[in-house]
Amino acid sequence: MAKLAWPGPDRRKNIGARISRLDGPEKTTGTAKYSYDMNREGMLYAKLYQSPHAIAKVTAVDTSEAEAMPGVKGVYIEKDRRGEFPNITYAGDIICAIAATSEEIADEALTKVKVSYSDIGSPQMNDNDPSLISGRDQSKEQGDPDAGFGEADAVSEGTYGLACITHACLESHGQMAEFKDGELYVWPSTQNVSGYAGGLARAAELSADKIHVECQYMGGGFGSKFGADKWGSISTILSKQTAKPVKLMLERDQEHKVAGHRPSAFGTVKIGVKKDGTITAWDSDIWGSGGMGNFRMPPLPYVFTGLPNYRTLGRGIKVNRGAARAWRGPNHPQAALITMCALDDAAHAIGMDSLSFFKKNLHLTDRPEVYAEELDKAAEMIDWKGKWHPRGENTGGSMRSGLGLSIHTWGGGGGQSDCAVTINPDGSVVGRTGTQDLGTGTRTVQAIVLSDTLGLPVDKVRIEIGKNSLPASGASGGSTTVGGVSSSTRDAATQALNALLEKVAPDLGVEADKLEAWDGRIQEIGNPSKGMSWEQACSLLGGMAITKQGSKDTSDGTILTVSGVGGVGIADVTVDIETGMVTINEYAAVQDCGLIIDEKTCESQLYGGTIMGITYALYEETVYDPATGAMLNPDFEFYKIAGLADVGKIKVHLMRGPKYEDRGVVGIGEPAVISQGAAIANAVANAIGVRVPELPLTPDRVLDAISKGGVA
Amino acid sequence: MNAFEYASPTSVDDAVSLLSDSWGETEVLAGGTDLLTLLKQGLTAPRLVVSLSNVKQLSGISKKGGSLEIGATTTLSELVANADVQEHFPALVTAANNIGSTQILNAGTVGGDLLQRPRCWYFRNGFGLFGTHDGEPLVPTGDNRYHAIFGNSGAAKFVNASSLAPGLIALGATLSVQGPGGAREVKASEFYSTPKSENDREYTLKPNEVLTGVSIPMQGLRNGTYEVRQRRGLDWPMVAASVAFEHGGGTVSDARIVLGHVAPVPWFAEKASKELGGKQPNDAALKSASEAAVADATPLSRNGYKVQQLRVAVRRAIEAALA
Ligand SMILES: Cc1cc2nc3c(=O)[nH]c(=O)nc-3n(C[C@H](O)[C@H](O)[C@H](O)COP(=O)(O)OP(=O)(O)OC[C@H]3O[C@@H](n4cnc5c(N)ncnc54)[C@H](O)[C@@H]3O)c2cc1C
Repeated sequence: MAKLAWPGPDRRKNIGARISRLDGPEKTTGTAKYSYDMNREGMLYAKLYQSPHAIAKVTAVDTSEAEAMPGVKGVYIEKDRRGEFPNITYAGDIICAIAATSEEIADEALTKVKVSYSDIGSPQMNDNDPSLISGRDQSKEQGDPDAGFGEADAVSEGTYGLACITHACLESHGQMAEFKDGELYVWPSTQNVSGYAGGLARAAELSADKIHVECQYMGGGFGSKFGADKWGSISTILSKQTAKPVKLMLERDQEHKVAGHRPSAFGTVKIGVKKDGTITAWDSDIWGSGGMGNFRMPPLPYVFTGLPNYRTLGRGIKVNRGAARAWRGPNHPQAALITMCALDDAAHAIGMDSLSFFKKNLHLTDRPEVYAEELDKAAEMIDWKGKWHPRGENTGGSMRSGLGLSIHTWGGGGGQSDCAVTINPDGSVVGRTGTQDLGTGTRTVQAIVLSDTLGLPVDKVRIEIGKNSLPASGASGGSTTVGGVSSSTRDAATQALNALLEKVAPDLGVEADKLEAWDGRIQEIGNPSKGMSWEQACSLLGGMAITKQGSKDTSDGTILTVSGVGGVGIADVTVDIETGMVTINEYAAVQDCGLIIDEKTCESQLYGGTIMGITYALYEETVYDPATGAMLNPDFEFYKIAGLADVGKIKVHLMRGPKYEDRGVVGIGEPAVISQGAAIANAVANAIGVRVPELPLTPDRVLDAISKGGVA
Repeated sequence: MNAFEYASPTSVDDAVSLLSDSWGETEVLAGGTDLLTLLKQGLTAPRLVVSLSNVKQLSGISKKGGSLEIGATTTLSELVANADVQEHFPALVTAANNIGSTQILNAGTVGGDLLQRPRCWYFRNGFGLFGTHDGEPLVPTGDNRYHAIFGNSGAAKFVNASSLAPGLIALGATLSVQGPGGAREVKASEFYSTPKSENDREYTLKPNEVLTGVSIPMQGLRNGTYEVRQRRGLDWPMVAASVAFEHGGGTVSDARIVLGHVAPVPWFAEKASKELGGKQPNDAALKSASEAAVADATPLSRNGYKVQQLRVAVRRAIEAALA
């Protein structure tokens, strides 16, 4: 019988190879259809009306003039559960929606909607003033921090923080909805195909089994697309009301305002250190905002959780902006920035090279050996030895270079997933899973696992995903997808193969136990002369295909996916101290990835994560007018995203070898984006000699730090 | 975007005859890279849009007498690819190339660049040119990091967004304009004006006039531009400086230093220009010119950093011109 456990390196053909994503051609030629591209016969376009006020009560909504316009077919007015207009808590809150025969008519109709407000208030937009704290205290203590500070030779103290950013998905949120024969068909942009329908049941007045969800291609979610959302319900209700298909996709400004924010975090950290680099104590006081919702303190001290003596305090500030949502590696970029910058300052306080300081303290982490190997690798990639200089000590002139590092961790164990694999008598193979490919390569990874398990080339198997009629698979969050689908696919494929081997065994005169699928054949293990081609073997099935269902929690209990990885980033930057401009020269990303299924798409995660990380390090922040609460940069013009010319040279390295690969499959989409903020901020401090306390490292912040720090 | 009529005349006379004499009733369309966003965001809602794409005489670059004549609908790509422009006016080539987007350079025109509306985020988000809410100005106490540090004592605190205008003013260019009464010429240095009311525009062009071209004297002036930009493409400078001067190896004469993205109009740095004149362009002269350029700056609550950047931009623009 074929074993469920991952094959050893000598029995992997596709697993771990460099395979281009299977849907690349569809995407580059435009035949791939995203939600936005879905058009149905007789469809309507819905548009949302949003509050210009940040705080107000809606007292009346008059849509009569809009409804009178030719082409306007449906109107939706937002009410709460008691049937009352909702209280507005931020500029951009949704008040009503219009469905019309064209986007232009819907847009024009919105200008004719009349909303009356009362109790218009002044919003609270400041998320970085500890006097505004309103949430409950979150605190944690270990050991005896005061005694620890008493033992220290030096105490370093600093301020650190990062601004609120949005998810900025290139494909905005939304869906196409259509009722047919009393059932609902939707094409949403979602990270959660199998779990999406339930969120529409109320709006559709249907049970979830009558709601059919399909999402084949997806333009980014980053943690903001798990649910059907208000706009999903609205397009459903409008479709029901008008008996027409309705498409509702958010506009770019709406996407920024309502579809997800990464909470900000600011604060002070005090660290006690001995001259030899021993950390004796940590004390942090952190505040930040998740909008009007709760603030969750980032996990501090980050990675160095074995710190003997620490005290942390976290408190929230309410801000009148759109709701917070999980943002790729929730709370980890914040935790990394605060921790790794504070540690870098501590190293500076005792005059120690940051690399040596971090290495000396790795015993305080969960995986000292992994980090040590990764730090050495990253240091070699960036030429730390050749380039490093003590903070601020570099040659004069206006262009100053520096290096900075950070380390990070993440879980990434596989999430729940089921997969059905069918082997047909003609030799064709299909794997079916109700998962989604967010652009990460899920489809490709499944095809690799399926084909390698059956000893076939990748193009001999077909993968069907993206529908909730397929075996259920979990939401793509927490980097759980690759571990989940590769396990369920392996389980189903192995079971199906074993059923085939049973059929073939008598013909070959070899016990099924002694057979293997290899190189397009079913053969005695290690003996190609005793075997037959895959097609021949399948033809023995006669009229009956084999279908087997597998699961993340595999049929015989074999564990194929694990949680927990470490990674390292080192940045090499140049700062123009006259203008405050930061340039990324190089960034080295080194990642422990468990068993790599596709080297290429795995590397892509590190490249993409690094570009996204550079973007929040240097450019991204939501900007609001303090008086009105209006978002001033709900666009891609002043909400800046790094372009290719801005990201420098990105070097990635995946840790390989039995020590890493024997553990099983781990997701790395999130760890890929955690360290950049801290590593770049540390590199800037190293370059200019002073700490720029907050991200993004815009020229005004850099110049401010330079002038306060007396940099010459 | 509201529905509008569309006309595509073939002559300037026809275009002019279609234009209204009050702003906003009609709009001229060149490359559309700015106008289309203004229309889509409802910042202008004209009844008629008059396209210049079929007015062929407005496009192209030619030498006439001692000047280079650039038609208003010449694209920015054509401008930067032109051999004469490259040889004589590096200040313009740098400014246009820095826009850093092939698409915008291919679609955007010289006239459109000069007449684009402010990028002020209060204006673009519906608070009007002066950024007010219930009659109260928002910019002074709001987020004014990209706003003016000169000429900002009145209601207008936005900055003029054109990257070409400072260079053209420094080079002594003349703009030609045609209206119902015929053609007129106006010095680039006198073309812009700070609006006094929400309904005014940022230039002296009248609503029923078309900008037909730009004429730049080819006097052998050394010239250069330096912009401080955060991103390397598809971004706007935080500050910019264009300079032009006569320099045969001895002292500098005829110096003009013009600053961009720092005032509601392209800002002629008169003191700095005088400082540079009559001197050897050495370190000391560059330093005194750049200090003079920022001496009268009146930064707002959040844009003091621009003063420092501008100091540097002026010095580096002069260095670029000398290189
Ligand atoms: C992301 C981004 C970044 C940019 N960065 C920069 C930058 O750094 N520096 C810079 O200078 N520009 C920048 N631009 C602006 C770009 O250069 C302008 O949008 C472009 O030059 C406008 O030209 P157009 O032909 O498309 O103008 P249009 O959009 O057609 O017109 C612009 C305005 O001028 C009027 N108009 C145009 N031509 C005439 C005419 N002949 N007579 C009368 N009125 C006329 C129109 O009515 C309209 O009001 C950027 C644009 C974008 C989108």
